[in-house]
Amino acid sequence: MTAASITPAAGVKSSSADIPFNKKPVSPAKIVGTVIGYAAMLAVSAFTLLPFVWMLLASVKPNNEVFMVPFKWLPSVWHFENYINIWTKSDMLLWVGNTVFFAICVTFLQVFTGSFAAYGFSRIKFAGRNTLFLIYIATMAVPWQSYMIPQFKMLSSWGLVDTRWSIILLQAFGAFGVFMMKQFYDTIPEELAEAARLDGLSEFGIYARIVLPLSGPSIAALGIITFTNTWNDYMGPLIYLRATNLQTIQLGLKTFISQFNADYAMIMTGSVLSILPILVVFLLGQKQFIEGIATSGMKG
Amino acid sequence: MTQATSAASSVRVAPPDHSKANKAIGRRNLRNGLIFIAPNFIGFFVLILIPVVQLFYIGFSKWSAFGDPKFNGLTNWVRLTHDSNFKAAFVNTIVYSVVHISLTLAIAFALAVLLNTKLKGRAFFRTVAFFPYITSIVAAAQVWNMLFDVKSGVINQIIKFFTGGWAPGWMGSTKWAMVAVIIVATWREVGYYMILILAGLQTIPGELYEAASIDGANKWQQFWKITVPCMRPTLFFVLVTLTIGSFKILDLTLVMTNGGPGTSTLVLAQYIYMVAFNRQDFGYSGTVSLVLFALCMVVTLVQFWYNNKKEK
Repeated sequence: MTAASITPAAGVKSSSADIPFNKKPVSPAKIVGTVIGYAAMLAVSAFTLLPFVWMLLASVKPNNEVFMVPFKWLPSVWHFENYINIWTKSDMLLWVGNTVFFAICVTFLQVFTGSFAAYGFSRIKFAGRNTLFLIYIATMAVPWQSYMIPQFKMLSSWGLVDTRWSIILLQAFGAFGVFMMKQFYDTIPEELAEAARLDGLSEFGIYARIVLPLSGPSIAALGIITFTNTWNDYMGPLIYLRATNLQTIQLGLKTFISQFNADYAMIMTGSVLSILPILVVFLLGQKQFIEGIATSGMKG
Repeated sequence: MTQATSAASSVRVAPPDHSKANKAIGRRNLRNGLIFIAPNFIGFFVLILIPVVQLFYIGFSKWSAFGDPKFNGLTNWVRLTHDSNFKAAFVNTIVYSVVHISLTLAIAFALAVLLNTKLKGRAFFRTVAFFPYITSIVAAAQVWNMLFDVKSGVINQIIKFFTGGWAPGWMGSTKWAMVAVIIVATWREVGYYMILILAGLQTIPGELYEAASIDGANKWQQFWKITVPCMRPTLFFVLVTLTIGSFKILDLTLVMTNGGPGTSTLVLAQYIYMVAFNRQDFGYSGTVSLVLFALCMVVTLVQFWYNNKKEK
C-alpha cells in the first residue's frame, strides 16, 4: 500500500512499474507478449468481421457477381437501390414493427420481474428461500427445447397460438434474469443495506433507493441480452405465429429467402437490414453493459 | 429453517435469546420475500414449471394430434432403443457439444485475458468480438451458407488456392456439415462468453496482484493463485450456460442445414421438433425431450457437485 500513499491519484490503477523508484527495464518477453496480443486481436477481428463485410458488399452487387469465380470483393456497379426496393418487395416494415413490439414488452417484463425477484432471493432471508431458488436454477438448466411441446399444447389449449400473447408470455419470465441479477446483488456489500435498515428504510426502500441505483449496469446488461434474444428468436415465432401480419423479422427473412432463393443480392440486403437495428441498440448500450459491471459499489 | 439460514449469506444477526422477535422477523421476511418474488414466480410457475412437470407424464404416454395423452408405460422408451434417427441425433449432439464447448471456452477465456490487459484498441476489439452474437440467426446462417458454398463460395476458393483443387464439401457432405455448424456457432458465441468472463476478471481487485508481486509471485503464479480461484464463480456460471446452450442447439442447424445431409447434423432438439410437428407424435417427442432434459440435468448436477467440493 506504499504505492497509494506516494501517488494517491493513480494508486489503484497503476501497476508497480509506474512508481518512479521501482521502474524496471521492459523485458523482451513483455514485448513479444504485446506483439502476440495485437496479432491475435487483428486475426480474431478479421475472422469475425469478414462475413459482415462480405454480406454488406454482396447486398449491393449485381446478382451474378455474388458467386463469381474468382471472387471479387467490390461490385462492378453499386446497386444501392436494393435498399429501397426491398421495402416494396417484402413486408420488412411490418416484420420490424412486430419484432420491436415483442422485444420491448419482453425486455420490460423480464427486467422488472427479474430484478425484483432477485432482490428477494439475494437479500431477504425467509423460510423456503433456498428451495425456491434451487427450483429456479434447476429450471434454468432445463432447455426450452425439451418442454416446448407441452408448453405449446398448453398455450394452444388456451387459444393463444397465433396471437401476440404467445410470444410475450413465452419469453418474459425466464429464470435467467433472476439468476443474473442475483449474482450481481450478492456482490453488493451487505453493510450498505444494513446501514439503511438501521435508518428505518423498508426492504422496498432499500431495493428502490440503494440496490437499484447501484445495479444500472447490470440492468442494462440484462436488458440488452433479453432484447437481443427476443429479436433473434426464430423458434418461438416459427412454432406459434402463422398469420402473415404477426411475422417477426427472423420468420419474415426466412420466408423471403425461400421466395427469392436466387436473388442473392436482395437476400443479403434483407440480412443486413435484419442486423442493423439491433446493432444500433448494442452500440448505444454497450458501454454501460460492459464497463459498468466491474465499477464502484462492487469493490466495497 | 435453521438449515436454510445457515446456508444463506447472513442478512441480519438477531439477538439469539429473543425468540419472539425472531419469529416476527421471520414472518416479515417471509411476507417481503414472497412479495418480491411473486411477479416473476407466478409467470414462471404457470409457463415453465407446469409444462416441465407435464413432460414427465407425456414422455410415458401416447399422444397424437387430437385427444389427450394416454399412459402407455415404457412403450416409447423401448421404441427409443430401436430408433436409429434418435441415436444419430444423440451422438451428433454430444459431438457438437464437446467440440463447441472446449473451443468456445478456450478462445473466450484467452480473449478475455487479452482484453483485460492495457493493449490499445481493445474497446474496439471488444465490440467487434461481441458483434456476431447480436446478429439475427437467419442472416448469419444465410451469409455463412453462401460463404461455405462448395463450388464458388469464398472459403472454398481460398482453400483451393492453397491445396491446389481440393476443398471440403461443407453443407453437402456428411463429414463436413457438422464442422461448418461448429465453426459458425463458435464464431457467433465466443464474444458473448468473452464478455461474461471479462466481467468476472474485472471484479478481481488489483490490490491482490500488487500484493502478490510485492511478495515475489510471477505472472504465471498470479494467474493460477489469484485469477483462477477468483474466477471460479464466473467460470461456473459460464460453463453451465455454455453446456446447456450446446445441448439445446436447434435454430442454427434448422436454418443452416435442416439436420442434413441425411442425419449428419440432426440434433436432439431438432428431432423433438420433427417428431412433434411433422409427425404429430407428441407423446414420443416428450420421450425424446426427457432424454435431452436428463442430459442437461446430469451435467448441471456434476458441475454443482464439483463446484461445492472445490469451495470447501
